[in-house]
Amino acid sequence: MNDVCAEDAAAEAPLLTIAGLTVSLPIYGDRPEALSDIELAIHPGETLCLVGESGSGKSVIGQAILGMLPYALRVKSGLLKFDGLVMPPQRDLAFGAIRSAQISMIFQDAAACLNPVRTIGSQLSEILAVHGVIRRDRMARVVEVLQNVALPEPERMARSYPHELSGGQAQRAVIAAALLLKPKLLIADEPTTALDVTTQSEILYLLDHLKKIRGLSMLFITHDFGVVAEIADRVAVMRDGHLVETGNTRDVLSQPQHPYTQKLIAATRPKPQQHNSGGDIPILEAHGINLIYRSSFLSKRKVLRAVKNVSLRVDRGKTVAVVGESGSGKSSLAKALLRLEDIESGSITFKGTEISDLKGASLREMRRSFQVVLQDPFSALNPRQTILSAVSEGPIMHGVSVKDAQKKATDMIKLVGLSDQAGERYPQEFSGGQRQRICIARALVLTPDLLIADEAVSALDVSIQAQILDLFADMQKRFGFAMLFITHDLVVARAIADEILVMKSGEIVEKGPSGQILEAPKHPYTAKLLAAAPGSDLFAQGISP
Amino acid sequence: MTDPTVFPQSDVNTIPLNVKLALVFIALFVLFAIFGHLLTPHGFRETSLFARLKPPGTESYPLGTDARGRDLLARLVTGAQITLVVAIVGTVIGAVLGSLLGILAAASRGKTEAIIVAAVDVQASLPIIIVALFMLAMFDNSFVLFLLLVGLNGWEVYARLMRGATLQAKEFGYVIAVRALGASPMRIYLRHILPNILNIALVQFTVNLPLTVLLETALSFLGLGVQPPLTSLGQIMSEGRDRLMTAWWLTLLPGAIIFCLALSVSMIGDWLRDQLDPTLRNE
Amino acid sequence: MTGYIISRLFRAVVTMLLTVSMVFLFIRFSGDPAAALVPPDAPQEVIDQYAEAMGLDKPLWQQYSGYVGGLLQGNFGFSIHTGIAVEEVFLDRLPHTLQLGITALFLAIAIGIPIGAFAAVQRGSVLDRFLMGVSVLAFAMPNFLFGLILILVAALSFKTFLGGENAHVIWPALTLGLASMGSFARFTRSSVLETINAPYVRAAEARGIPFHIRLSHHVVPNAAIPMVTLIGLSLGSLVAGSVVTEQVFAWPGVGQLLVRSVATRDLAQVQFIVLVVAFTMVMANLVVDMLYLVIDPRIRVK
Repeated sequence: MNDVCAEDAAAEAPLLTIAGLTVSLPIYGDRPEALSDIELAIHPGETLCLVGESGSGKSVIGQAILGMLPYALRVKSGLLKFDGLVMPPQRDLAFGAIRSAQISMIFQDAAACLNPVRTIGSQLSEILAVHGVIRRDRMARVVEVLQNVALPEPERMARSYPHELSGGQAQRAVIAAALLLKPKLLIADEPTTALDVTTQSEILYLLDHLKKIRGLSMLFITHDFGVVAEIADRVAVMRDGHLVETGNTRDVLSQPQHPYTQKLIAATRPKPQQHNSGGDIPILEAHGINLIYRSSFLSKRKVLRAVKNVSLRVDRGKTVAVVGESGSGKSSLAKALLRLEDIESGSITFKGTEISDLKGASLREMRRSFQVVLQDPFSALNPRQTILSAVSEGPIMHGVSVKDAQKKATDMIKLVGLSDQAGERYPQEFSGGQRQRICIARALVLTPDLLIADEAVSALDVSIQAQILDLFADMQKRFGFAMLFITHDLVVARAIADEILVMKSGEIVEKGPSGQILEAPKHPYTAKLLAAAPGSDLFAQGISP
Repeated sequence: MTDPTVFPQSDVNTIPLNVKLALVFIALFVLFAIFGHLLTPHGFRETSLFARLKPPGTESYPLGTDARGRDLLARLVTGAQITLVVAIVGTVIGAVLGSLLGILAAASRGKTEAIIVAAVDVQASLPIIIVALFMLAMFDNSFVLFLLLVGLNGWEVYARLMRGATLQAKEFGYVIAVRALGASPMRIYLRHILPNILNIALVQFTVNLPLTVLLETALSFLGLGVQPPLTSLGQIMSEGRDRLMTAWWLTLLPGAIIFCLALSVSMIGDWLRDQLDPTLRNE
Repeated sequence: MTGYIISRLFRAVVTMLLTVSMVFLFIRFSGDPAAALVPPDAPQEVIDQYAEAMGLDKPLWQQYSGYVGGLLQGNFGFSIHTGIAVEEVFLDRLPHTLQLGITALFLAIAIGIPIGAFAAVQRGSVLDRFLMGVSVLAFAMPNFLFGLILILVAALSFKTFLGGENAHVIWPALTLGLASMGSFARFTRSSVLETINAPYVRAAEARGIPFHIRLSHHVVPNAAIPMVTLIGLSLGSLVAGSVVTEQVFAWPGVGQLLVRSVATRDLAQVQFIVLVVAFTMVMANLVVDMLYLVIDPRIRVK
C-alpha cells in the first residue's frame, strides 16, 4: 500500500504545516509541556503516521490542529498553516467552519462518538444541515456516503441506532460522517486500536482506499508500528512531547536512527524465545470442555455457548498460547480452566487429578498449584492493600507463617524487578508495567505448576510489553512451570509459545507448533488472522530491522 | 504517599468554607445536646404558672417559655438529645439492615436475591411515612416502635446501592485474583469487597441522615411521633403551633435548629461525595 | 422488547400482591379485624356477620383469598367516624390532594429543572454556586417549617390566613414542591454536566456542529432520560410531604384524612389509603418504565 509517490508528494507545497508548536500542561501535569516545539508537514494525498506511546502527546497535536484543545492546555507558541491560511491556535468560534468541511477527525471509540438516542442517518444529515445543504438532498447524500464506506444496506443503516452496530460498523459510520463534506485532511486518532485484528485490517484498507480515490491527506495517530508499515507514506515518532524522528516509512523502518524508534519497531516483532525441553509430563489436560452462560434468575433466559468442546494439553515447562479475537471464547476458556466458572461438561485434569467437580476447601487447596495473571493491571490490585500484603496473602492463606510468607514475598518482588522498599507502598504508586510485575510476583510466590496469563500484556504500552514477555520467559526458565498464554496477538503468541491454539466462536479451529502455524497455516481463519496483522506485507517483503 | 483509607485525604485548608461552618454547627449542636442543661437551672418538665408564654430575653428564660411556663431552652436541650439519638440510631439501623440485605442479595443470587429485590420493590412503592402511619394506627406508639419505624427510613436505598456495588466489586480484578489464590468467600468479602464499597454506604448515610431527622420531626410535629413526657424538636414545634402568631419562638426556634442540622449534614455529605468520587463532582 | 414489558408488569403485580399481603397480615394480627373495620357503635351481630364474612374462623389462606377477593370487588370497609364507605370519604378529598400535588410537581419541574440546567451551563461561575446553594437550602428545609413561616408572614403582614378550605393552592404547593425543586435543580445540573462532557458531544463539536444545536439535539435528549426516573421517584416524596403540608395549611386533602384516621384508629380508612398509595406508586413506576421505551432506544432491544 505504500507507493513511491511519497517522494513526489513531498515536492508539492504541504497542505498542513506546523512550526514550533508548544503547548503547556497545567501545574498538576507530569511535565511542563504537552508538546515541545513540534515541526510537521503533511502534503496533499499523503498519509503521515504519528507514532507514540501513551502520554507522548500525539493526541494533543490532533486536537490542536482542529482547535479543540481542552481548556487546561494552552498554546504557548507556534504557527499552524492549512491550505495557505494561518489558523488561530486556540479554540475559536471561526473554527466551526473548518471542522468537518476542511479538516475532519475520528476517534478511538466510535460507538461512544455517536449520540445513543438518535439514528445514524439523523446524525449524519445534521452535519449537512449545519453546512447549508437543503433538506431534500440530505438523505441521498447520507446514503451515498454510507455506501462509500462499504456498510451493507445503507438505507437500513441510516435508520439504525448506534448500539445496533458492531465495533467495525460504528467506525465505518463515523468515517462516513467525517468524509461527508469532502474534507481535505482527515485526522484519525487511534481509530482501530480497540478493534479486532481482522476488523482493524478492513478499516485500514477502507481508509487507504478512500484516501486514494478522494486525494485525501491523512494524519494517522497510533502506537503500533505495524499500522505504520501498513499504511503510512511518512512517519513521525513522538516521545514525551518531542518529535524524535521523522521520515519516509521505508527509510525509518529499515534504518531507524533514534534508539527510541528502534525500541518501538523491535517491540512489534518480538524475538521468539528458546524453550526448555521439559519432557512430556502433562500438567493440565482438558477434554471436551463446554461452558454455557445462562442469564440469572431475574432476567430473561438467554443461553450463550461460550466454549464448545475444547480439548488441550499443557506440559511442564512448556507454553501454550490460545489466540482468538473478541468473542472467540478464549477468556471464558481461561475462567473455566481456572475453575472460576463451572463447566457444563468435559473434564479438566490437573497433574492427574480431576478438578472439574471440586468445590469448597478442596478446590481452594488445589488452587495453590495453578495461578493467573489478568489483563488490567490497574484493577488487579486492592488499592487498600500494601504490595507486601497482597503478595504474601496467598502463602498465608495456605498455611505458611506470616514471617515466612513475607520473606518469600519480598524475595519474589525483588525477583520480578522491583526494589525491596516496594512492599510498603500501595498499588497507586506504581505504573502499569510495574503493577503487572507485582501481579506476576503474587501468582508465582505460591510456586504454582501452571500459570495462566489472560491477555496479560495487552493493556500495556508496546515497549513495556516486550519487557513483561521477557519476564515471563525468565521466570519460566527459573521455576519450570507450564504456561497457558491467552492473547489476541499472533505475534506475541509466536514470541512466547511453543504451541498455538487458534480459537473462533468457542471452538479450536487449528492447533500446532508455533513456528508451523505462522508459516504454514492450515485453517482459513488462521490465514486470515495472519494476513490481517498490520504490517505483515511489508515485513514479509523483508523490510525489518 | 499516604495510605488510602475510607476517609478522604485532604488537609484542613482545602475544605470549603460552607463545609467548615457545617462541621462547626454540628459540633455545637452535639455539645448543646450533651451539656446544654448546664446553661439553665430549669428542668425540661418544670412548669411555672407565672412565667407562661414569656418571649426570649426574659430574665432566667433566655429563649422564652411555653404555654405551661416551661423553659424553652431546657426543652430544646432535651429535644435535641432525643432528635439526635433517634436520628443516629435510626439511620444506623437502616444503613446496617439495608446494606447487609443488599450485599446478601448480590452474594447469594438465585432465590434469596429475588426475595430481597422484591422486598426492596415493595418498600420503594410505599413512602416510609405512610408505612409509619399505618403501623402507628394499629399498634400503640411506644418509643421503641417509633425508633424502629424511623430506622427503616431508606433501608431500600442502601440495599439497592450495596447490591449494585457488590455485583460490580465481584468483577474487580483483585477480587478475581484473590479468588484464584484460594481465598475463602468470607475472606473475599471481609477483606477485599467490603472495605472498597463502604464509601458508598457512607455517602448514602449523609444523604439519609437529614431525611431521617426530617421524618422524625415531621411525625412528632403531627403528634404521632415522640410522645409527652418525652420531647423532641418536632414535638416542641407541634405544641407551639397553635400559638404561632403570639409565641413564634416556640415553633421557629426548634424549626431553625432542625433546618440547620439537616442543611449541615447535607453539605458535608455533598463534599464527601465529591472527595470520594471526583467524577460526580458538583463543581 | 416484549420481554421487558412482561418483566416490568410481572414486577408490578408481584409488588402489589406483596403489599396487599403485608397489609392483610398486619391487620389480621393487630387485634380484632372485624371490629376494626366496622363503625364503633355497630351491634355485635353486625360484627359477627363481618367476622363470618371475613371468615375469621377459617384457615389463614382462605381468609387471605377472601380478603383479596373482597378488595377486588370493592369491599373496603367503613370509616369509624361516619359509617360512610371509606372509598367515598377518600374520593371526596382526592381532588384537593391532586390539585396540590400536581401544582407542586409542576412548580418543581418549571423552576427546578431550568435552574439546574442554567447552573450547569454556567458551571463554576458565581451564579452557579449561588443557585446550587439555594438548592441545598430548599432541599434541607423542613416543609412544615417553611409552611409555618409563610403563614406567619402572611398573617402578620397581610392579615390573611393562607390555609383552610378556600385558600389558594399556590402556598401549600410552593411548600410541598420546595424540596423537590431543590433536588431537581441539583440533579439536573449533574445530569447536564455529565452529558455535556460526553464523547459524542465532543465528537459533534469536531463535526462542526455549533453549540446551540449540540445542546438541543445531543445534550437535552440524553440528559432527559435520567430525569424521567427522577420525576417518577419524586412522587413518593410528594405523597409523603403532602401529609404534613396539608396539616400545616389545613388543606382538606387525603393527607389530612390519613393523619386524622391514624389518630382515631380508623383502620379501615388507613388501610384503604395505604393500598391506594401503593397502587398509585406502582402504576407510576410502570408508566416511567414504559416511557423509557419511548425515549431510550437502547431499552428496546433488551
